[in-house]
Amino acid sequence: MSSSEIYDIIIIGGGVIGCSIARALCKYELKICLLEKEADIAMGTTKANSGVVHAGYAAERKFTKRNLCIRGNKLYSEAVKELNFPFKRMGSFVVAFKVEEIKLLEEIRKRGIEDGILDLELILEKQRIKRMEPNISDDIIGVLHAPSAGIVSPYEMTFALAQNAAMNSVKFFRSQEVIKIDHSDYIFTITTQRNEFKSLNVINCAGLYSAKISKMLGLDYFDITPRKGEYVLFDRNTIQLNKILFPTPTKISKGILVCPTFHGNAFAGPNAQNITDIEDTSTTTAGLKEVLEGAKKIVPNLPLRASIRNFAGLRAVPSTYDFIIDNTDIYGFINVAGILSPGLTSSYAIAEKVIDFLELLGVELKVKEDYNPYRPKPERFTDFSKKELDKKIKEDSSWGRIICRCETISEKEILNAIQGPIGATTIDGVKFRCRAGMGRCQSGFCRPRVMEILSREMKLPYQAITKKGDDTNILIAKTKDLLLKEIIKKEIQK
Amino acid sequence: MKTYNTDVTIIGGGAAGLAAAIEVNKGGKEVLILERGIELGGILMQCIHNGFGIKEFNKELTGPEYAQKFINEVNQLNIPYKLDTIVIEITLDKKIYAVNKIEGLIEINSKTIILAMGCRERTRGAINVPGFRPAGIFTAGQAQRFVNIEGYLPGKNIVILGSGDIGMIMARRLTWEGCNVKAVVEIQPYVSGLLRNEIQCLEDYGIPLITNYSLTKIHGKNRVKGVTISKVDRNFDRIIGSDQFIECDTLLLSVGLIPENELTRIAGAEISSMGGPIVDNNLETTLEGVFACGNVLQVHDLVDLVTAESKRAGRNAIEYINKRYKKKLKGIEKIHLSAGHNINYVKPDNICLGEILGEIIINFRVKNPDRRIQINIKDETNKTLYKKKKSYVIPSEMIELKINLNNMELNPKCNGLIVEVIPQLEPLIE
Ligand SMILES: Cc1cc2nc3c(=O)[nH]c(=O)nc-3n(C[C@H](O)[C@H](O)[C@H](O)COP(=O)(O)OP(=O)(O)OC[C@H]3O[C@@H](n4cnc5c(N)ncnc54)[C@H](O)[C@@H]3O)c2cc1C
Ligand SMILES: Cc1cc2nc3c(=O)[nH]c(=O)nc-3n(C[C@H](O)[C@H](O)[C@H](O)COP(=O)(O)OP(=O)(O)OC[C@H]3O[C@@H](n4cnc5c(N)ncnc54)[C@H](O)[C@@H]3O)c2cc1C
Repeated sequence: MSSSEIYDIIIIGGGVIGCSIARALCKYELKICLLEKEADIAMGTTKANSGVVHAGYAAERKFTKRNLCIRGNKLYSEAVKELNFPFKRMGSFVVAFKVEEIKLLEEIRKRGIEDGILDLELILEKQRIKRMEPNISDDIIGVLHAPSAGIVSPYEMTFALAQNAAMNSVKFFRSQEVIKIDHSDYIFTITTQRNEFKSLNVINCAGLYSAKISKMLGLDYFDITPRKGEYVLFDRNTIQLNKILFPTPTKISKGILVCPTFHGNAFAGPNAQNITDIEDTSTTTAGLKEVLEGAKKIVPNLPLRASIRNFAGLRAVPSTYDFIIDNTDIYGFINVAGILSPGLTSSYAIAEKVIDFLELLGVELKVKEDYNPYRPKPERFTDFSKKELDKKIKEDSSWGRIICRCETISEKEILNAIQGPIGATTIDGVKFRCRAGMGRCQSGFCRPRVMEILSREMKLPYQAITKKGDDTNILIAKTKDLLLKEIIKKEIQK
Repeated sequence: MKTYNTDVTIIGGGAAGLAAAIEVNKGGKEVLILERGIELGGILMQCIHNGFGIKEFNKELTGPEYAQKFINEVNQLNIPYKLDTIVIEITLDKKIYAVNKIEGLIEINSKTIILAMGCRERTRGAINVPGFRPAGIFTAGQAQRFVNIEGYLPGKNIVILGSGDIGMIMARRLTWEGCNVKAVVEIQPYVSGLLRNEIQCLEDYGIPLITNYSLTKIHGKNRVKGVTISKVDRNFDRIIGSDQFIECDTLLLSVGLIPENELTRIAGAEISSMGGPIVDNNLETTLEGVFACGNVLQVHDLVDLVTAESKRAGRNAIEYINKRYKKKLKGIEKIHLSAGHNINYVKPDNICLGEILGEIIINFRVKNPDRRIQINIKDETNKTLYKKKKSYVIPSEMIELKINLNNMELNPKCNGLIVEVIPQLEPLIE
């Protein structure tokens, strides 16, 4: 990269927010790049959250996140048509066990309808509720139904956004941690551990690290504290949920939900734990217990024995408790910080807002003639009919080799994940793009095969393949290497 | 789409599938083996330690040696098999769909099917171990594959959670490779694998075995940096103040195996709570003409028993084709066999009456170790029909009983029998 190249816009952070902004801007004649510190995009908060596209009734009216969420939800319908990511409007229930909770739900409903969520409905007939969601506890007395709520695979959506942006010539640089930003003569010079980048405008979408980035330019008007949410994920087809199930919210959180995923798993979580270490995504015994106990109140027949994974995500909680989206005092530097929940839902609306800010900054927004808003749906072995499958394998035999047996993922899908735009370079990268290793055996069977394919495609030794970038190698040495080392050491000592 | 027709299709070419195939072939029926791996032999191919074949061949072989004997026989008998071929579906009318790179999608029509898909390992997620999710966490069998087949080491300083056989065997294997196995941590008060492995793999190498401890945290964001283990009480709850940190770069999990029955489920067969399909004394599942044997049915600790069981499945498949195919025997009466005191599971789940019975084989595992016990088989009226004394039982050992229903005073109205293990009532005379 020659440092003489000057971008119109540099986006810092490749989470759902950075990528949805990149995608919204890729239709204009602008020179844009995105910098991500991890070996892959979508590996921060974006990969560990509930994946609920909220209807938007939850936040208080004083917060901008309320309106952005309501608008963001609506924008999903258009986006999914263009980008083909896994998304389904299945509707959510907020459940009430007590009369006071019903009163609260009625208030929430009224305000929601006033703000444009017209289909909110309070259902009090237990039989009807049970018909709509047979797994729900017998102890509930009513629910608030929000038909427009949905579930999305957040990382698959983020890959789709990024791929479409890349198709429209946004450049993505991974393993580029921004460590310094200078601003002089209207040009930002961004230093990463490897390179230097120059740009006229910078958009800070660094999630948990957004306060740190902002402070690099002396802008310290907010802080971010991490709040941990832990989850337990269950095997596919062990419980069939029709609705996203929330408890009645408290002041602090939306509570522990029980929720299906797009791919047919179910999960329970998150709890809410304020912590100090921004890197601490560990799960805890107490946390997992809290999650399962909370979830069982709503769904007593949760298949506890079928858990396949636990994980935690960190909410980037800003000192203002609201999204911080603004043109800062430094001309050309936009903060999109503290995007806590419902950030995923709001992402398309946030991107719209950023475009408004760029207009205010005088950035010329001319639509490209060859702008292509469509990202084709990734082909999946399991989506094919028998006839199609036979044809596909004859066209390309790598369709005929199943690598991940739990999710039935073929070699071709793994090759596509690696070779596609912004391809996977790590085991996690393959897993989050095509689900190889996400099933009940948690890669026990497919890992050696995935490593073999990565090593072949990337022309790297087997041993150099990592889980998620630097310092995460799976294997440490060839067999006998440690023994040989010992022998050599002894020889030298002699 | 290519279509094949055969008498018996065998899904899985491990110890179970191979033995069943040979038996079917010797009985004069056509058989086809489908194996998703690139070679026959299944899990045996990565078990390069010895200890296989003591019952079957009267000598101690390694896993690949044991498998090779059967592979050779399959080749000599010209039994057809397809490698790198995975079965993706079994339909209700017993059509099998499989794919491979060369033929694409294939359809197989057969009179009977023998399920021999083996088992898979329980993972960290299944037992909900908390902490970070770094590189350096392996199931023991996966590590075994990396070391013995791929030729790579998973790490240097190693902690093993669970004292299953594969874990203990890997403790020794990695010690031989110059790794430092710091501890084998077991939540139960006793080892969950075989006694001979405890002695030959842990004791002989001075590898510490820490019982009554569980793993309460995995440290390290990128690579495993260590684990916290904690003592547990009788309910497996952590005892506060008992935490202990062990520095390590690798964690192996040897916390049990689960029969691999996704296909069985797709086919519509009923699965028992222990994970294997429900079978009768002919090893026939609840789907007519579909049999199961080996680890897909129940997790075995000795391959010799897998072989014996699978031969039975093969013979029964032939029997089915000869006698019952097309003229369904309706209304066979079955009695249910259930797990009583201290029994974890029992196989078969049902016994068919009204057929020439003779001897039937019952397998079970106990829940808890015990000494000086008595195995009883009782009917619903609590009448004991069979009893056998044993000096000890442990969960890691699958117990096999041969019983003859003809010699039992079975009440004609009996619907169910219960197997139980209880302390001996009378003093032991051996
Ligand atoms: C437990 C939990 C549940 C949630 N549930 C929902 C939900 O159901 N619905 C919903 O709408 N929202 C939900 N959210 C919120 C949603 O997940 C977030 O709003 C969204 O993921 C934020 O995306 P982001 O791009 O801002 O952050 P991130 O995904 O964290 O992206 C920031 C990126 O910036 C990178 N970065 C950081 N520092 C640097 C640097 N110096 N240089 C280069 N790159 C850098 C990071 O590596 C990261 O990839 C939930 C959040 C949590 C934690
Ligand atoms: C690590 C380990 C150590 C052991 N040590 C000993 C020992 O020391 N002594 C001893 O006697 N016994 C030992 N055993 C036990 C014994 O070896 C096994 O129980 C036996 O080999 C299992 O045989 P199997 O055929 O049931 O299963 P497997 O060997 O697992 O074979 C199943 C086969 O089915 C194939 N398959 C599965 N699904 C499909 C599908 N959809 N389509 C096509 N093919 C499919 C698999 O690829 C596999 O090859 C050990 C077992 C293990 C796991």
